[in-house]
Amino acid sequence: MTAMLRAEGVSKAFGGVQALRDCTVEVEQGSIAGLIGPNGSGKTTLFNIVTGYERVDDGDVYLGDRKITNLLPQRVFALGIGRTFQLTRIFPRLTVMENMLVAAQHTGSGRTRNPLARAGGRADRRRATELLEFAGIAGHSDALADTLSYGQRKLLELSYVLVADPAIVLLDEPAGGVNPSLIQQLADRIRELNAAGKTFLIVEHNMDFVMGLCGHVTVLDYGTVVAAGPPQIIRSDPRVLDAYLGIAEEDDGAAAG
Amino acid sequence: MSGPRADAEIPAGPVGPSRPSRPSRQQLVRTGGRAGGILAVLAILAVFPQVLQNATVTTIAVDTLVFAAAAVAWNIFSGYSGYISLGHAVFFGAGAYTVGIAARAWQLTGDAVFGLLPLAAAVAAGLAVPLGLIALRVRRHTFVVITIAFFFIAQLTATNLSVTGGSSGILAPSPNWDAATFNDPFYYTALALLVVTTAMSWLIRGSRFGLQLRAIRDDEDRAAGLGVRAMPVKLAAFVISAIVTGMAGGLWFYFIGQAIPQFAFDPLFDLSVVVMAFFGGLGTISGPLLGALIIEPGQQWLTLQYTNEYLSEILLGALFLVVILGLPRGVIPTGAEKIAMLRARLRSARQEAAADGPERPAGDPQRPAGDPARQAGDPAREAGR
Amino acid sequence: MARQIYEAITDGILGGGVYALMAVGLTLIFGVLDIINIAQGILVVLGAYLSYVLSVHLHIDLFVGLLVTVPVMFVIGVAIQWLFIRPLRGRDRASMSLLACYAVALIIEGILYRVFGPNYVVLNASYITSSVHLFGFYLPDIYLYGFALAVACVAALYLLLYRTRFGRSVRATMQNQTAARLIGIDVNRVAAVTFGIGVAVTAVGGMMFGATSGGFNPNSGYDLISRLLAIIILGGLGSIGGALAAAVFMTTAEALVDIWSPDWAVVVFYVALVLVLTLRPSGLFGRSPVRAQ
Repeated sequence: MTAMLRAEGVSKAFGGVQALRDCTVEVEQGSIAGLIGPNGSGKTTLFNIVTGYERVDDGDVYLGDRKITNLLPQRVFALGIGRTFQLTRIFPRLTVMENMLVAAQHTGSGRTRNPLARAGGRADRRRATELLEFAGIAGHSDALADTLSYGQRKLLELSYVLVADPAIVLLDEPAGGVNPSLIQQLADRIRELNAAGKTFLIVEHNMDFVMGLCGHVTVLDYGTVVAAGPPQIIRSDPRVLDAYLGIAEEDDGAAAG
Repeated sequence: MSGPRADAEIPAGPVGPSRPSRPSRQQLVRTGGRAGGILAVLAILAVFPQVLQNATVTTIAVDTLVFAAAAVAWNIFSGYSGYISLGHAVFFGAGAYTVGIAARAWQLTGDAVFGLLPLAAAVAAGLAVPLGLIALRVRRHTFVVITIAFFFIAQLTATNLSVTGGSSGILAPSPNWDAATFNDPFYYTALALLVVTTAMSWLIRGSRFGLQLRAIRDDEDRAAGLGVRAMPVKLAAFVISAIVTGMAGGLWFYFIGQAIPQFAFDPLFDLSVVVMAFFGGLGTISGPLLGALIIEPGQQWLTLQYTNEYLSEILLGALFLVVILGLPRGVIPTGAEKIAMLRARLRSARQEAAADGPERPAGDPQRPAGDPARQAGDPAREAGR
Repeated sequence: MARQIYEAITDGILGGGVYALMAVGLTLIFGVLDIINIAQGILVVLGAYLSYVLSVHLHIDLFVGLLVTVPVMFVIGVAIQWLFIRPLRGRDRASMSLLACYAVALIIEGILYRVFGPNYVVLNASYITSSVHLFGFYLPDIYLYGFALAVACVAALYLLLYRTRFGRSVRATMQNQTAARLIGIDVNRVAAVTFGIGVAVTAVGGMMFGATSGGFNPNSGYDLISRLLAIIILGGLGSIGGALAAAVFMTTAEALVDIWSPDWAVVVFYVALVLVLTLRPSGLFGRSPVRAQ
């Protein structure tokens, strides 16, 4: 079975630093996949390559059977791969609704050719409102995105990525810097979306989040894959513990089961 | 229970009431009031020269209207996209020289000269496309400098070419209108230009095109990654703003009576326009208008009072520093915010008073007084008008 | 004809040295503070006027006068940065700083007009009109002294940047302001001092400009700043070596074109700028932009 998203043999160097070295990662359709590894292991670089923000030195990226290596970000987005950033990127001086509408114009009903039409037709706005309600920030619809709290901005970024109804969503540290109750809500939302058919690939440092949510986890270290498999296997894999020295001590009690 | 901005509390459903699909009575009153206000202002502007038969005043008025149109046009590009252009004088001067050269070549006088304004627009557009294609490929820093370079190229070219009259420039045909109402045709043409430009600015701001522009302003690369086609969008705004600026220049040339390189391409032009837009509020619709209406007459008055024109340079620079250091968002957004805060304070005071009594005052809006997100939303909408 | 060409080239190189000095100051400011000091042109003119005042009213030699004008310009630079640039905050900080510099430039120009009037003035000294006879050419003394001074200044700047602790702080701030702050560098101080240095070199440039321009007035600032901007963009924003190369290239090219047509020679600057930017947006030595995130 062809994996939905596959990065095959990808290598990328920045100056003297080899960020990715012959890296192969697969994401099955309909799964929630995790991508973990110590800082500097190349996770964000891989994201950047998959979504077109960096060019590969070597290797290829496939979406299903289609090769998408080195395509521009907007092409990748149009093909159904959405992505959030580690440092949340929203449009601060636009309202929350307007943030949603920026992404909406290239989908379905937003296809009218008239640029002077009112931004966001009724259908677009309705869909945007649905997504905002799903994320729980619909009440701030008319507020400038700048006024949102950190956690709310993350939700906004996720929401506007979802506007285009991507088949697969890449999340870069969605739980980073967010408090526990929001993390739980986030995990619940991801599960709901997954149940409705979306595939996820998540980069995270928060082990509880990843292990509790993901069905399959890939571990990177120094740009190569050191392990891949279900979370229970990964937690006790000595190579993973080795890569993650400090965290291994914390997990010892849990993994000893 | 919505408290102050608590970031982690994500309830299962939406936080506040969803947007109502029909405008509330309050909103209708507001829209009606606004439309009425605009009509009133237009009416005043329309009869202004008939009522006030003072030539000095109408001269300043024409000058102000021309600059206001230029400021609104500049804002359509630079205010919405965030790319600060200091070279719009290129289009202003190009418009001026186009009208001048054409009027001379085709021996036009009187009202017919106004018919050359579309030509000025076309020339400005024709310039804007290649200039824009070159300049809009670079990031914002370099962009500003390129616009300055274009400005100097334009000024030098006008000084060196013979068709533009070299350093002595071109004279406009002198209309033989009645002295008493001499300024009127200029006034009304300028007013028409301003009204159309402001309407265009309003239309753009609420449109998909405007949304894309403003998204580019906030985060161009992210916008591009979401499918916004940055270059065509930026270029379109650039050309639109160039067209109006060109027409303003053509009109101004006819009014002043001549085009000399250092005045048709005046470095102070761009700074004036920039100050007006910043003062009023960059990226708003009425901001540049307000800025022009306050600053331009001020400048003209100063030039009349003190024949030494260098003073206005100093004051303009000083004013600009005051604006960007003290009022960075401009008068309109800051003013709107202050008004909104005042209203909120009044509302909460009213609610406190009502809470002592058994009944709520009729017509009390649903919004709780302490919701900062909503308050922040208000000036956002106000600022957009 | 060949002789004219050689002359143009030597003129270009010598003149380029002085422009290089002013341009290096400008690009240094950009590299550290990420802003384009549009006021640099009028500051050069201010430096020229200062030299003029010292020379005409106090009869101090032009080069000796630099001992006064350089510190004065340094203080002015620091003041501008501290008062008008540092308080700026927000997303549009870079654009606002540029506009603030523009406003400051206007104010200075207005003041110069009021104090000195619009008439052209000239700096005078014996060595301006005398020249040295070398290889069959007459090389004006002033140019030689000026070039030597420019070289000395650039060398001093280089030493400052690469051999002193302060210079290390400057380079660190250039590369990564946040990281510099984290390791204890007083970024505000570095910014202020760098701006001061960038402006201080205009004292030297101003004196040279005043001596070799054949007459200047407050309006001369526009021409200067446009050339300087063209130079640093051509050379690549933030690249000191690029500024040097571009300065020499531009002045030489202009001198060469001047042989055929003096009127259009000036336009060479800008046309070259536009051409380069069309083909290579980051300038000759700037880093080419990676596909941005």
